[in-house]
Amino acid sequence: MRRRWLAAVAITMAGLLGVTACGGGNTPAGQATDGATKAASSDVEVFSWWTGPGEADGLAAMRKIFETQNPNLKFLDAAVAGGSGDKAKALLQTKLQGGEPPDSFQGHAGAELQGYIKAGQLEDLTSLYDELKLKDVFPAQLVEQISVDGKIYSVPVNIHRSNVLWFNPAVLKEAGVAGAPKTIEEFIAALGKVKAKGKIPLSIGSEWTVTHLLENVMLGSLGTDGYNALFKPGANWAAPEVTKALESFKTIMSFAGDPQDDWQPAAKQVADGQAAFNIMGDWAYGYFHNPPDGGLGKTSKTDFDWAPAPGTEGTYLWLSDSFTLPKGAKNREGALAWLKVAASKEGQDAFNPKKGSIPARKDADAALYTDYLGDALKDWSGNKLAGSVQHGVAVSQPWLTAINEQVGLYLGKQDVAALQKGLADAATANAQ
Amino acid sequence: MRRARTWLPGLLLVAPSIVAIGVFVYGMLGWNVQLAMTDKHSEVAEGNFVGLKNFIDIWDLERWHLSVNHAILFTVVFVLGALVLGWFLAFLMEKGIRGEGTFRAIYLFPMAISFVATGIVWRWLMNSGTGERAVGLNRLFETIGLPQWAWFRDPDWGMAAMAIPAIWQMSGYVMALFLAGFRGVPEELREAARVDGCTEWGVYRHIVLPLLRPVTLSALIILGHISLKVFDLIVAVSGKQIITDVPAVFMWVAVFDSQDPAKGATIATYIVLSVAIFVIPYLIWTVRKDRRS
Repeated sequence: MRRRWLAAVAITMAGLLGVTACGGGNTPAGQATDGATKAASSDVEVFSWWTGPGEADGLAAMRKIFETQNPNLKFLDAAVAGGSGDKAKALLQTKLQGGEPPDSFQGHAGAELQGYIKAGQLEDLTSLYDELKLKDVFPAQLVEQISVDGKIYSVPVNIHRSNVLWFNPAVLKEAGVAGAPKTIEEFIAALGKVKAKGKIPLSIGSEWTVTHLLENVMLGSLGTDGYNALFKPGANWAAPEVTKALESFKTIMSFAGDPQDDWQPAAKQVADGQAAFNIMGDWAYGYFHNPPDGGLGKTSKTDFDWAPAPGTEGTYLWLSDSFTLPKGAKNREGALAWLKVAASKEGQDAFNPKKGSIPARKDADAALYTDYLGDALKDWSGNKLAGSVQHGVAVSQPWLTAINEQVGLYLGKQDVAALQKGLADAATANAQ
Repeated sequence: MRRARTWLPGLLLVAPSIVAIGVFVYGMLGWNVQLAMTDKHSEVAEGNFVGLKNFIDIWDLERWHLSVNHAILFTVVFVLGALVLGWFLAFLMEKGIRGEGTFRAIYLFPMAISFVATGIVWRWLMNSGTGERAVGLNRLFETIGLPQWAWFRDPDWGMAAMAIPAIWQMSGYVMALFLAGFRGVPEELREAARVDGCTEWGVYRHIVLPLLRPVTLSALIILGHISLKVFDLIVAVSGKQIITDVPAVFMWVAVFDSQDPAKGATIATYIVLSVAIFVIPYLIWTVRKDRRS
């Protein structure tokens, strides 16, 4: 009898241990570094979604500078794979809610961070901006667009451009289109000419790339001020100008090819000469240009070419990756040291040529940026700025989700009036 | 004391499971339902009790109707498809095909693959490109002269196409269930029917099929609850696009993208309820059957 008792107790204990072990074993990969962070206060855990070719190299270059400048600190790379950070953001939310924030995490600069700011999860970095005189080196419009109630919560590392029209010069020539169309009307005419030749006029990918197209058509149709006004309190999404922009969007979408799985296959259709145009952010340049495995190895200006999206010349529809300081960071000093590197000219010039973007700072070393990036750097210092919708600058995450939902529903029904009403409702529900 | 010795060790043995299931299944379930009845529509909101408001309001959302319709279409095609195909495979096996073991392994094997891996492969197979851009099944169909399809991108029947990989994956399992069922039908019964002048078709119609009813019901419930909760397959094939939206994907988007915990909890509760419609009658039926025997 005694032995049976002992056995029962032993099995019970084993069971309980098993339960706790499962709890520990199920934590995602990124969290494995937590234990180490607690053990040594010199570790700085930096959370990002830069794991792909180019971006991971850029992060490594910045890390090298950080470790040279701070020999007593250790950089812990807590990167989670996945384009535009879907999976990383889900994991980050559980970490923040569990009160175990990384020391610094990547986020799109602008309204996307509002959720974290409202929840009181981010520290105000205005003092860091003053200390490093960052307001003098970042464009004034950029500082204005990332400020929330006069406070700044993130340090932008790079700038990407959303309003780029990629095209295949050979296909355009064959269709008799003289050059990149400058206005929405010219664009629609050019799409018609390409269609007559039997090629795909405009390639598109999954539903988010259609939202990306929509923001470009809106900017091209409404102009910079009209576009920016849509995201301010009291904006009128029901206005006739918006209707006109959405009608143009419908016309343009009628020239779109079969939806591809994502933006890369859509961009590839242009590079391969199957399609004439694609509107995508400038991360597509790296995909076109880089040698195979990371890219398609195409020659710029002959295999593919670029121009600002129709009607948006003189405007930089921007988005930016930035780093933050979460409240309750275990190594606050280390995180600040990291943010200083991320904000510095040296850090940004190390990161950006590899990532294929331009620095947010105006004083970058122009010699490092050639070909497309040279054009982008020139435009960045002179252009007016507008914030991207799909990439988190102009609208918060819930607002963006509502917009994506409306675009998805539109693709099923093709009903412009319903789309406009849906967008107006989304703005009313989410604008602050 | 002596009596405690008989029941206490047993209780201690199952106690960890009872505690774990109580906390992590039923406790969480209760917490979720409670959250669904609040107005916690952002991470920072207080969350006051609003009763069933969220459960009613969600029917105003166009996307909810769409995702429910998608889930129903997917469930009907998947469950029927897997049952019919699984039954047919089992029927062939039962007829004493040569190399039965090999075939059984081949048909059962897809079940060992995760829905995510299946989804990645079938995303390519069901690529909607046509003509010179066709790959996967469309390329094959083009070569042999069959019409090409938009597959899961078809606005009306896309979810029926989405059920194809699920049928491919689960019909082998249904086959195994039915095969066990077929083998459980005593040969004497068939013999007796044949002696009475029953045709071979009649043997199946009147003897084997009625005896397979419990197996069919088990298969129906297993497939039905997988189908109503389907998430991984959809995400692997098309991501979180509206054209293939189902309640589980909508729930994920509501929680992590819209940052609306109450809405996510409401959808989660509806998913649990829809699965319960399948499972609870089954449980009642099993309990009754146990009592009878």
